[in-house]
Amino acid sequence: MEFLQQLVNGVSLGSIYALIALGYTMVYGIVKLINFAHGDIFMVGAFIGFYSITILDLGFFPSLLISMVTCAILGVLIERIAYKPLRNATRIAALITAIGVSLLIEYGVIYVRGAQPEAYPGDLIPATSLDFLGVKVSSQSLLILGTSVVLMILLQFIVHKTKIGKAMRAVSHDMDAARLMGINVNNTISATFAIGSALAGAAGVAFGMYYTKIEPLMGIIPGLKAFVAAVLGGIGIIPGAMVGGLLLGVIESLVSAAGFSLWRDGVAFVVLILILIFRPAGLFGKNVREKV
Amino acid sequence: MTANTPLLKVNNAGIRFGGLKAVSDVNLELKQGELVGLIGPNGAGKTTFFNLLTGVYVPTEGSIELDGEKLNGQPPYKITKKGISRTFQNIRLFNELSVLDNVKVAYHSLAKHSIMSSIFRLPKHFSEEKYMEEKAIEFLKIFSLDNVMHETAKNLPYGQQRRLEIARALAANPKLLLLDEPAAGMNPQETEELMNLIALIRKKFDLTILLIEHDMLLVMGVCERIYVLDHGQLIADGTPEQIRNNPKVIEAYLGEEVS
Amino acid sequence: MNILKHAKGFWSSIVLAIVFGVVMQFLITGEIINFFYVNTLYFIGINIILAASLHLIIGITGQFSIGHAGFLAVGAYASAIITMKLELPFAFGLLAGGVAAAIAGLIIGIPTLRLKGDYLAIATLGFGEIVRIVFLNIEYVGGASGMTVTQLTTWPWLFGSILLTLIVIRNFTNSTHGRACISVRENEIAADAMGINTTYYKVIAFAIGAFFAGVAGALYAHNFFIIQPTNFGFLKSFDILIFVVLGGLGSMSGAVLAAILLTIVSTFLQSYPELRMIIYSLVLIIMMLYRPQGIMGTRELTSFFKIGKSAKGGVNDDSKHTVA
Repeated sequence: MEFLQQLVNGVSLGSIYALIALGYTMVYGIVKLINFAHGDIFMVGAFIGFYSITILDLGFFPSLLISMVTCAILGVLIERIAYKPLRNATRIAALITAIGVSLLIEYGVIYVRGAQPEAYPGDLIPATSLDFLGVKVSSQSLLILGTSVVLMILLQFIVHKTKIGKAMRAVSHDMDAARLMGINVNNTISATFAIGSALAGAAGVAFGMYYTKIEPLMGIIPGLKAFVAAVLGGIGIIPGAMVGGLLLGVIESLVSAAGFSLWRDGVAFVVLILILIFRPAGLFGKNVREKV
Repeated sequence: MTANTPLLKVNNAGIRFGGLKAVSDVNLELKQGELVGLIGPNGAGKTTFFNLLTGVYVPTEGSIELDGEKLNGQPPYKITKKGISRTFQNIRLFNELSVLDNVKVAYHSLAKHSIMSSIFRLPKHFSEEKYMEEKAIEFLKIFSLDNVMHETAKNLPYGQQRRLEIARALAANPKLLLLDEPAAGMNPQETEELMNLIALIRKKFDLTILLIEHDMLLVMGVCERIYVLDHGQLIADGTPEQIRNNPKVIEAYLGEEVS
Repeated sequence: MNILKHAKGFWSSIVLAIVFGVVMQFLITGEIINFFYVNTLYFIGINIILAASLHLIIGITGQFSIGHAGFLAVGAYASAIITMKLELPFAFGLLAGGVAAAIAGLIIGIPTLRLKGDYLAIATLGFGEIVRIVFLNIEYVGGASGMTVTQLTTWPWLFGSILLTLIVIRNFTNSTHGRACISVRENEIAADAMGINTTYYKVIAFAIGAFFAGVAGALYAHNFFIIQPTNFGFLKSFDILIFVVLGGLGSMSGAVLAAILLTIVSTFLQSYPELRMIIYSLVLIIMMLYRPQGIMGTRELTSFFKIGKSAKGGVNDDSKHTVA
C-alpha cells in the first residue's frame, strides 16, 4: 500500500515536472537553447498565482489563468530582448545569456519583494481525500493531475491541429526552409516561448497548491529536474517530456519511500548522467550523427 | 613486404545506417605509390567510404587492411598514426590557430616529449618543440605557405586554406593520403596548380594517394586508375580510358540508359 | 632562438612575480595593509586559481563545464579531512585537495566528456549538484552544518599556489599538448583525423583543471573557518564561469584579470548581495549581446607587448550542429 501511495505522490509531482519539461523541450526543439530561465518563469508563475489568490481574492482557476497569461508575456519578452539577437551566435553565448537571465529574474524578484517565503492558502479547495484501495488521494493531487492532463491534451491539440502548431513543427524541423515557405519564424518562436512559459506558470500555481511554500529561488531545482525529465524523454519530443516528467516524479518518490529522502535531489542528476551516457537521445529520441 | 602486396586492401566493406545501406561490397586495392581516383555522382557514398577508411564510421561488414594490418573498429586517431591521413570536403582547419600551429598539431603524434616535460620545461620540451617547428616550416615551404605562417588560419584566402589542409594532412606522416575533393571551389588555373603540387608531393614523399573528385574530366587527367562508386557500390574500375568507355559509368552519370 | 627568447621572458616574469610576492609578505606582516584588504587579497588569490583552472577546460579545450564548484568542494573537504581529522600538515592538505579533485575530474570526465556542448554543460552541472548532495549526507564531514576548519591559509602558501597554477597552465598551453587541446576546441573531427587522441586530451585538461580547483578548495577551506555544502552550489560554479567568460574565452590573462576585477567589485557590494547578482547577470547578458568574446577576446596580455606573435584562442562552436 505504501508503494501505491508513493506512486500516487510521484505522479502528482511528476505531472508538475512534466508541465515545466514541456517548455524546455519545445524551446530546445525550436531554437536549440537550454532556456535556463524557464525554472524562474515557473517561480514567477507561482508568485503571480499567490498574489491573485491572496490580494485579488480570486479562485484557483482564474488565478491559474492570470498566472499563465503573465508568464506567457514574460516568456515572449525574454525571448525578444535577450535571446533573439543571439540566434546566430554560438551555443555557448546563448547558454551564458540564459544563465544570466535566470539569475536576473531570481535576484530581481528578491530585490523587489525580499527573499522571504510565502505560504499558499490551504482552504482554496475543499481538503477532502478519496480512499481508493487504501490509497489516499487528496483533492489537491486530483486537481493538479486533472489540470496537467487537460493542459497536455490542449497542447497536443495546438501542436497537431492548428496552424501555429504546424508552423512550430516546421520551424523546429528546418528553420531556413520554413522561412522560405513563408512561415513567420519570429512569431512562431515567440509563440513557442509563450506556450512553454504559460505551462510553466501553470506548474508554478500547481506547485504552490501542492507544496504550499513558495520562495524566489524555488525555480532552480525543479527547473533543473524538469530539464532532466526533458532529456530523459528525448529533448525536443513533446510526449517524451510528459513521460520523462512522470517517470522522474515516480523515481524520486520511490527513492524517498525507500528511506533515502535526503538523497532525493541527487537522484535526478544521477538519472541525467546515466541517460546521457547510455542513451543520449533519450527514451523516445533517435540518434542523429554529425555529418563529416 | 613484396612489391605485390597492396598497401591498402578493402574486402567487401560496407556500412548500413539503420536499414539503409550507404556503402556495400566495396573491394578495392591500392599499390604502393599509386595515384587512384574515386569518382561517382553526388550521394554515391564517396565521402562515406573515406569515413570508413579513416575510422569515423566503423564498417558493419567486410574488412579494411593497411599493410596487411586490419583497421576495422580502430578509432580515427589510431588509424592516422598507422598511416592514413585525409583532408575534408568542407575545409576543417583549426581556425583560430596560426598556419604554423595547424601543421604542428598534425605533427603532434610524432613528438616525443611528455606532458610533464612540457609543464616543467625540461630540455626535452625545447628540443622537441624546436624540431617540430622546423619540420612544420619545411612542410609549409613545399606548399608556399611559409610567408603566411603566423597568419591565423581563418584569415587565409580559400585556395590557401585548401593547400594548408593538404600540408597539414601530410605532416601527419601518412603512407596513404586521402583527398576529398581537393579542387572544389577552385578555378581551372588553381586546379591545375594543385594537381601539379599533388604530383610533386607524391613523388617527394613516395605517397599513395586516393582522390575523390566530382569532376570526371579532372580525374581522368592525373589518375592512373579510377574506381567508380554509384549508390554505394563499385560499378567499375580501370584505367581512365576504360572508365570513359564503360557503359555503366555513362549511365550512372547521365541517368537512365538511353536505349 | 625564438624559444630561447621565450624562456628568457618566462624566467624574468617569474623573478618579477616572486619579488611581488615577497613585497606583499612584508606589507602583510608589517600590517601596512589592514585586515580587510588582506582578506580581499586572499579572496582574489583563490579566485585567480579557480579562473585559470576553468580557463583550461573551457577556454583552451572548449569543454563547456559548469560544475566547477564541485571540484572546489571536493578539494575543500578532502583537505579539511587531512588537516582536521587526520591532523596532518597543511601541505598534505593542499596536495590531497588537488589530487582528490583530479580523481573526481577523471571519474566524471571519462564518461561525460563524450558529450558535446549543451549536454556536457548539463551533465557537469548535475555532477556539481551530486557532489553537494553527497557531502550533505555524509555525517563524517558534518552533513548540512558543515565542518569547522582551522585558518591555515597564509600568503606564502596562497601565492605559491597561484604561481604554480599559472605556470603549469601556461606551460601546458604553450606546448604541443596545449595545441592538441586547442585543436579539440577548434574542430574535434579534424583533430581526431590528425592523430590527436581527443578523449585523452579532454580528460587530461579536465583533470588538470580539477586539480587546481581542488587546490583552491584547500586554500578556501582553510581561510573561512567553516565549510558547508551550501558554499558549493550552482551559484559558486556560476561565479567562476563568469570570470572566464568575462575575461575572454581562450585568454588566461583575461580570466585572471576578470577574477581580480570582479572579486573587488563583489567585495564592495558585499552588503548588497541581491544587487551584486543583478549587476553580474546584467553584465553577463549585455556582454553576450555586444561583446561575446569577452574583455580580452582570445588575446593574452603579453600580446600587447609583442607584435607579430599570433593570438591563440577563441571558442569555435558550430551552432549549426543539431543534437536532438
